[in-house]
Parts: sequence; C-alpha cells; structure tokens
Amino acid sequence: MPRKSAAAEEVGIDIDEDVSDSDDGDNRRRANRRQGGGRGGGRGGARGRGRGKKADSDEEEDDEDEAPKGRGRGGNRRRPANKRGAGRNNDDDSEDEAPKKKRGGAANRRKGGKAQESEEDSEAEKGKKGRKGGKKGGKEEDNGKGKKGDAKGKNKGKDKDDDKDKKKKKKKDDSSSDSNSNSDEEEESMSEGEMARLMEEVEEKKKLIANIRNKPWRMKRRLVLLKEAQQFVDKFEGALGKGKGRKWYAYKVMMTKKWIKFQRDFENFRTACIPWERKIKEVESHFGSSVASYFIFLRWMYGMNLVLFGLTFGLVVIPEVLMGLPYGSIPRKTVPRAEQPTAQDYSVLMDFNGYCKYSVLFYGYYNNQRTIGLLKFRLPLSYLLVGIGSFGYSLMLVIRTMAKNADVGGGDGEEGEFTFAWKMFTSWDYLIGNAETADNKYASITTSFKESIVDEQENQKDENIHLRRFLRVLANFMITCSLGGSGYLIYFVVKRSQEFANRTDLSWYEKNELELIMSLLGLVCPPLFETIAELEDYHPRIALKWQLGRIFALFLGNLYTFLFALFDEVNTKLDEEESIKNASIWAMKEYYANYSRLLNDSDSTPPPMDPGDVIRGPCWETAVGIEFVKLTVSDIQVTYLTILIGDFARAVIVRFLNYCWCWDLEAGFPSYGEFDISGNVLGLVFNQGMIWMGAFYAPGLVGINVLRLLSSMYYQCWAVMATNVPHERVFKASKSNNFYMGLLLLILFLSLLPVVYTIMTLPPSFDCGPFSGKAKMFDVIMETIDLDLPAFMGTLFSYAANPGLIIPAVLLMVLAIYYLNSVSEAYQNSNMELKKKMQMARDEEKNRRNNKDSTNQVMKDLEDLMPNRSLSPPAPPEPEKPPEPEAKPTKTKPGSAGKGVNLQKDVTLASPNPNARGPIDRPPGPRGPGPGPRGPGPGAGGGRGRGRGPPPR
Amino acid sequence: MGNKQTTFTEEQLEAYQVALHGRYRELAPHLVPLDYTNNPDIRVPLSLIVTMPELKENPFRDRIVETFSEDGQGNMSFNDFVDMFSALCETSPRELKTIYAFKIYDYNRDNFICKEDLQKTLNKLTKGELTPEEVTLVCDKAIEEADLDADNKLSFADFENMISKAPDFLSNFHIRI
Repeated sequence: MPRKSAAAEEVGIDIDEDVSDSDDGDNRRRANRRQGGGRGGGRGGARGRGRGKKADSDEEEDDEDEAPKGRGRGGNRRRPANKRGAGRNNDDDSEDEAPKKKRGGAANRRKGGKAQESEEDSEAEKGKKGRKGGKKGGKEEDNGKGKKGDAKGKNKGKDKDDDKDKKKKKKKDDSSSDSNSNSDEEEESMSEGEMARLMEEVEEKKKLIANIRNKPWRMKRRLVLLKEAQQFVDKFEGALGKGKGRKWYAYKVMMTKKWIKFQRDFENFRTACIPWERKIKEVESHFGSSVASYFIFLRWMYGMNLVLFGLTFGLVVIPEVLMGLPYGSIPRKTVPRAEQPTAQDYSVLMDFNGYCKYSVLFYGYYNNQRTIGLLKFRLPLSYLLVGIGSFGYSLMLVIRTMAKNADVGGGDGEEGEFTFAWKMFTSWDYLIGNAETADNKYASITTSFKESIVDEQENQKDENIHLRRFLRVLANFMITCSLGGSGYLIYFVVKRSQEFANRTDLSWYEKNELELIMSLLGLVCPPLFETIAELEDYHPRIALKWQLGRIFALFLGNLYTFLFALFDEVNTKLDEEESIKNASIWAMKEYYANYSRLLNDSDSTPPPMDPGDVIRGPCWETAVGIEFVKLTVSDIQVTYLTILIGDFARAVIVRFLNYCWCWDLEAGFPSYGEFDISGNVLGLVFNQGMIWMGAFYAPGLVGINVLRLLSSMYYQCWAVMATNVPHERVFKASKSNNFYMGLLLLILFLSLLPVVYTIMTLPPSFDCGPFSGKAKMFDVIMETIDLDLPAFMGTLFSYAANPGLIIPAVLLMVLAIYYLNSVSEAYQNSNMELKKKMQMARDEEKNRRNNKDSTNQVMKDLEDLMPNRSLSPPAPPEPEKPPEPEAKPTKTKPGSAGKGVNLQKDVTLASPNPNARGPIDRPPGPRGPGPGPRGPGPGAGGGRGRGRGPPPR
Repeated sequence: MGNKQTTFTEEQLEAYQVALHGRYRELAPHLVPLDYTNNPDIRVPLSLIVTMPELKENPFRDRIVETFSEDGQGNMSFNDFVDMFSALCETSPRELKTIYAFKIYDYNRDNFICKEDLQKTLNKLTKGELTPEEVTLVCDKAIEEADLDADNKLSFADFENMISKAPDFLSNFHIRI
C-alpha cells in the first residue's frame, strides 16, 4: 500500500522535526517509531519536504503558545481518544468526535454550491498571509506575520468583548488538534477506513481553505482558521498522494480569471462603441427615460439613415461621379444659357437652383446610358434598384425592430415585484469614484424614483369612474371635432389656392394663404390638444401616446396638402413637357438642317449643339426632388431656430433678467422650457417620411439628412441639458419604442405610395434622368432581363409573372399570415395565462409565509421582551451559539462517524440550502444580531430566508 | 509546500498584500507603521478611510466603514480593511455580499431594516430631493414589496429573498481596487 507508507513517512518526518513540540510531539513520535521499519527508502526524498516544513511547524508552535488554552484542552481530550484506539470509528458519542463532525458540517456548509475557482483569489490573498507567517521563518517580522501575531494578541487581549469569537476559535482549535491526534492514531493502525477518513478531512480542510472567504467572519478569525486548515492540509496532503496537477489547476484558475477580465473589458469596449451612449445616459439621468427615448429613437434613425446613405452614395452617386460623363458634356448636365448668369448667386443656390439643380444631387443629372465606365456599371438599373431597395431595407428594419422590441416585453413600466426595494438597495453603483458621475447617478436615481412614484400614484388613483369615462369621451369628442375642423379648413384652403392659381392679381395674403393656415394650425392645435387631454387624466405615458396620435393625424393634413400641390405641379409639368419635347426635337432638326444648308455638305456630321443651348423639358423629377430638399432644409432651419429662440433665448432671459424683474421668472410665468417629446418625435418621423419620398428624386437628400441627424443629436443634447428643465411629472417611457416605430411604419407606408405610383405610372422625362427615353421607369428592369440575363431567365420571369402562378402564391401567403397570426395569438394567450399563474403563486407564497410568520411573530415578541436587548458589548456572545444548534442536525443525520463523513457529504450535496444559509447565523458585526430573537432564530431565520425548500421547523 | 491551493506565486502574493497595505498606509502615514512587529493595534479612523477615492463618492461610505470596522465606530485595523475589500471585491459570493449589504443598510443595527433605515437610505440616494410624502410612499412600497412576514420591517430573510432576485445587485455592489 504505497499510499499508506507515503503518509507514514510524511507524518514521521514531521515528527522528526517537531521533537521539541509539546505533547503533540509525543504522540507523533510514537507513531514514528511504530512505523519505523515500513518507511524505508522513501525517506530521503521526503525529508526535503519535511525540512521545508520545519519553519512551518515552528510557526505552528508559536501559535500554539499563543493559544495555550485550546491546546491544553486538546491535549486533555486526546488521551481518551488515544485509549480508544483504532476500532473507534463507530463510536459516535465521544467528546472529540463531536467537534470533528461539527467541523465536517461546517466545511460542508461552506461549500455552498459555489464555484470554487472564482473564490480562489481571495483565498490566495488570505492564504498568502497565513503562509507568510508560516513559511518565512526569519522574515516573518513583516506584515503577514506581524498581523497574525497582532490578531492573536488582540484575540486574547479582548477576551471580554470577543469571547464569543474566542469560544468558537477554541472549539476549532480543539477540533483541529483532535483531528491531529486522530490522524496520529490513524497512522498507528493505518486501516483503509482511516485513510479514507483522513482524506476526507483533508478534503474538508481544503474546502475550508477554498471557501473561507465566503464566511462573514472577521479577518483575524479567518486567518486563524485558515492557517490551521492549511497546516493540516500541508501535513497530510502529501501523505495521501495528492498534490499533483497543481500547476494545471493554477493555470486553469488563472485562465478563468483572465477570461473574466477579458470579458469585462470587451463588454466595456462594446459599450464604449455605442455612439452617444454617455450623452443619452446623461440626459436620461436628468430628464427621465421618456426624454431619453427620443434620443434613442434619434440614434436609431441615424443608424438607419447611414445605411440608406451608404446604399445611395455607394451605388448611385459615387459611380456617377467617378465614371459618368462630366459636368457640361451633355445638356442635362449643363446649366441652360439663360440661367448661367445667376447660376452662382447665393440666393439661387439656396433655392437649390442654378448649379445645385444640375448636380449629382438630383435625378435630372443622371444619364440614361445603359452602362458607364470600364466596369460597365449599369447605372439606371442600379438607380432604380437602390430606390426600391431603400424602401425594402427600411421596411424590414422597422418591422424587425418592432418585433424585437415586442420581444423585450412591451411591459409598460411594470417591472416585477420589487421595484422600489431594488431601486433602494441595488441602484447605487459602488464602483463610482468620480464626482461628476456620482452627481449624474444621484440625478438618475432620483429621476427613476420619481418615475416609479408617478406610476405608483397612478395605480393608487381611484375615483369616480363614471366621471372619468365621461370626461374622456368628451375630450375625444372635442379633439375629433377640432381635427375634423382643421381637416376641412385645409381642404377648403387647398381648393381656394387652386382657384387662385389661375389668377394673377393676388394680394400677399392670398398668395401665402395655404402656408399661413398650415403653420397656424401647427401652432395652435398641439397645445389645444394637450389642454383638452388634461381632462382625460391619463397616465403621462399613455397621454403622450394619445397626444402623438392626435398630432400625427393633424400633420397628415400637412402631408396631404403638400402632396396635393406636388402632384398638381407634376401634372402641369408633364403637360408642358409634351409640347417642349416636340419643340426640342424640332429645334434639333432645324439646327442640323441649318448646319448642312450653311455648309452645303450633307455628308459631314455637324458638331453637336452647345449643351447650354438645347431646349429642355421641365424635368418634373428634379422639380419634385428640389421641393423635398427645400422642405427638409427649411424644416431643419425652423427646428434649430425654434430651439435657439424658444429654448435658449428664453432660458437666457429667464436666467439673467430674473435679477431685475418684478416677479420670479424662474418659478413664475415664462419659466424654462420643457422638452417637447411629442413634437420632436413627430418632427423626426415626418422628416423621415420626406426623406423616403424625396430620396428617389434627389439622391443627395439622404446625405443632407444624415448631416441633420448628426448635428441635431449634439445640438439637441446640448439644448436639453443647458436650457430645459425636467417635466413636472417625470414618467418612465415604455421599454420598447414601439409606438414611435408604429408611427414610423405608417409614415413609411404613406410615403411609399406616391413614390411607387410615380415609378409605375408616370412617364419619365424625355431628356433628363437615368430613365429618359423609356415609357416607364421600370422598363429598365425588362431591358436588363432581355439583354443581360440568359434567355431562359427571361422565360422564367415571364412564367413567374403569369397570373396563374401569382394568384396561388398570394393565396398561400394569405394563408400563412392567417396561420401565423392565430399561432401568435395562442402564444399570447398562454403567456397571459402563465403570468397570471406566476402572480398567483407569488401571492400564495406570500400568504403562506405571512401565516407562518404571524404565528412566529408571537414568539418573536416574547423574545423581544427578554433582556439583553442592548446593541453593544453584551450582545456578541449570542451569535456564537447559533452555529451549534444548526450544526447539530446535520451532524446527527448521517449517524456514525466513519462512514458518516461520506454520508454527510452526500446529504449536503443533495440539499445545499442549509449551507448557504450558514452565513446568516453569524453576522460579522461586533454586536450580536439582536439578542433574544436570534437565539432560536438562526435556524428559523435561515428557514425563512431560503425557505421555499425544506421548512426547517 | 505551503498552501498549494493558491494560484499565486510567492512574489505575486507579496506584491498583492504590499499593495493593499500600501493603500492602507497612505491613508494615515503617521499612524500606520511599515513594521508590524511591535505595535499590533493600529486603527485608522473613519474620517480618513472615507477619503479613499473608491469610497469618497459613495453615499453609504460611512456606513460601509462602520460596518466593516470591528468596533462599529469606523476605526479600521488593517484586517478590517482587508475584510472590506475582500467582501466588496468582484469575486466574492452573493451570500457574503448580501450579508454585508444588509448590515450596511441597517443603520440602527437592530438587525432589521425598518422604515427609518429606509428613509435614511433613500435620502442619501437622492440627496434629499424627494418630498417627505414621496419618501414615505417609497418606503412603504419598498417594505410592502419585500416584507414577507408582515412585520413592517425587513428581516435578513426578507432582504436576502429580495436581493437574490435583483438583477444588478452583484454588478453594483462591488469595488475595484
């Protein structure tokens, strides 16, 4: 049995070195002697080890000297143990068995089901201390040793208020010395069972070492225990043939830690990569999540526009710039001669006429050459596909985002059971070490509390439901009326403007009537709606949604008038074009005729006409594009100016005029502005609608929009932080931005319609744009299929376009939609059902606990009445006790000792709860955990804490 | 030999400890000696400990230091100091953190978090920016949520039950040194 002999050697050597040891030594020496023969050759090798340990044991001695009481007792007890001898594994009543078992229990408890690796480092931290003391015989004057001595000294010195600790320690000492002696005896007999037990103990000690940091003990106690455990392990580990694979283990642990660190860094890096995250967080901390939701929406929009920008510029604009014909080469790329003198005027350029109009920014500039450049880039085809692809991408992105947000759980503010408690106890980030961050954190915590308070108040509100209903109906009625009124007004004004279009003697008012009315409506209606909405008394979050919806409806009127005017313009241009086309062709022919007549040479090809002189059509596409660009730019200007004047100037006035004003400007009338969430969100949504509609006719528009979003991110962030005050009732935005997304989707659909209509039905201009000369824009696809794809593809497409195939396909899709819809409904139902069940379970549990504790309450009260209620010194002894009652049950369960160790382990593995509960009983503080109530409490307290599993009482 | 469970080399360990002790010492160079042999009982007062950059912005810094100090007054020995950072370090287990968190938030040390404790906590967290009514509302709600035994205060069991479900307790309740 090589194992055994190794163990023997180990022990023996220890003894050789420990001759000076007090009574321990005696025992060991005996063991040594007994095994003398068996040790044999391995000794030399072991000696090195033993020698290394010498310092260790010296150190041990020191400790023992310092805690003589414990030792002495251990010694006393040891004698009976010795007598009992080898066969005693089955005695369970023995005095020393008890502490040992207890220790086993403790070790088991310690396991706690935690991952050991993660704790390794602090263990190391502590370990080093212990080791330092132990190992460096000479140098131990340094911290580690000094500390330990310190701790010990203190321990002894402060017996009075630490006696609980002491007692505990003593017990530990006992147990450890017991185990020492036990193991000594074991060496003597060295039966299989004892070996196993020794191993078991070593394992336990190791566990203790690994988990010691998890215990809420004072450091010095930990140090003491740890040292003991380490010594024990040191002593016997080698004996049991363990100790291999350390390096690998260490390596593994180190790698785990490195990996964790890496993950953390990576996470930080990823967060740092999210653009404007900090800005938004800052806004959120001061203004609440509702305002932040606007900025998040803005950021999302920016991301989407960046992709659109990439598509448009990468596939249309840049190829055209690089490979297309240069400016001035053909008529569509040249400013007409009549316009040339003013083409560079600032006012003209600001209207996007002159050079701007004949630039790559607009539809008209692109040539209808089928392929350009060396790469044979099919620009017209790419133009059309990018136009359609932008829509496709946007649609897909919006819908996907909506689905994802819904997945997150559109739970509107409802966050589970512990909203306030969590906020209270877990919201402060202990890592914050920067004053500014701390201020932000304070603000954000306050804000989030306010948000939850608003929610809570909303929940608690209950009054006359009939009155409320009546008021809501009334409010909706009024708003519908005003919406209808403004709708009619718009319709009326548009009609009038059509009449005016035929007249020339218009006053200034009549000319600008439409715009005036529209902006007036936009100015008056939103506040009006808000006032009316007060009647409804909704939760601010829901009120915001209503407000958004209503203003959206109002703005649809805007859109309607705008599109109406636009189509009017397009139709007139189309009429005009017809005549110009003929004139242009005729002029061209005339030019050639003149040329050949003048030269009298019909064979020579005439030089091309100067591109500036060619008669052009009106190019309605470019006109539409310019219209959209102008609208976008003016929208930007208006928005920025509003912020500058409405918020910034107001804030400046309020702030500085307040010193010399007759009333308090800050608290009184003008006050500071609030951030207008609904207005800003709708502004963003409608602006995006303009971009979608206009991007086909003005590829440059996307670029402008990207710039706009970028600048407004910074500008508005600054404006909000500098000039606005938080809302009176800060409310929590719904987690998903799905309402905004819904509005966006609606706008996307609405803007899709006119574009598709123009692509599919209106004939493109004859002399400008990539589709000139074709009857319809989408002819370019047909052309590609016919010319570029192999013939069979053409037939394939013609089959695919067969109504006989399309109708079944559509039918199939409808069926699929129906099926998926019903499935999702079913899921939703079961979801609700589950939620209800969870809620019920929670309530039930709470009730059960309440009952249990209400019975307990009496007892607690009784205990409260008992003396010793003071907080200070007398308390400490109390907490010491708890471990015993708790440890015992675990102990008694497994029954007898020898096998018991294993059994014990199994038991604890099976039900880890009690282990984890362990710490509760021993609060780290110097004062006891409330005196009386805790006495029996530990078990009880733990039971409640973990309680769901085994009810301890 | 030595304890082999550690994953550090001797030098690393030493460096580690020396670093921590360095931090401890720099708080009060006149109080803390480098040589620990002779004067074992050294305590750095609370007012000095809370000036550590790791703690100085923390609204609960006084409570933290008091909790971890052995005398409950915030005078920390080096052992207490090590204790504090080992409990607050990233890898220390949830149970341990829960215990100390409970102690920290238990202002009057009666082993229950009662309304007064909550009010103090809340006022520290929000710098007293909530109105008294709001404070009362929040405290009532917090107790109502977490109190399982209906005694209108939070025992450790209540606290543990509540904290164990909190998503960001672990990530927030730690200090990197």
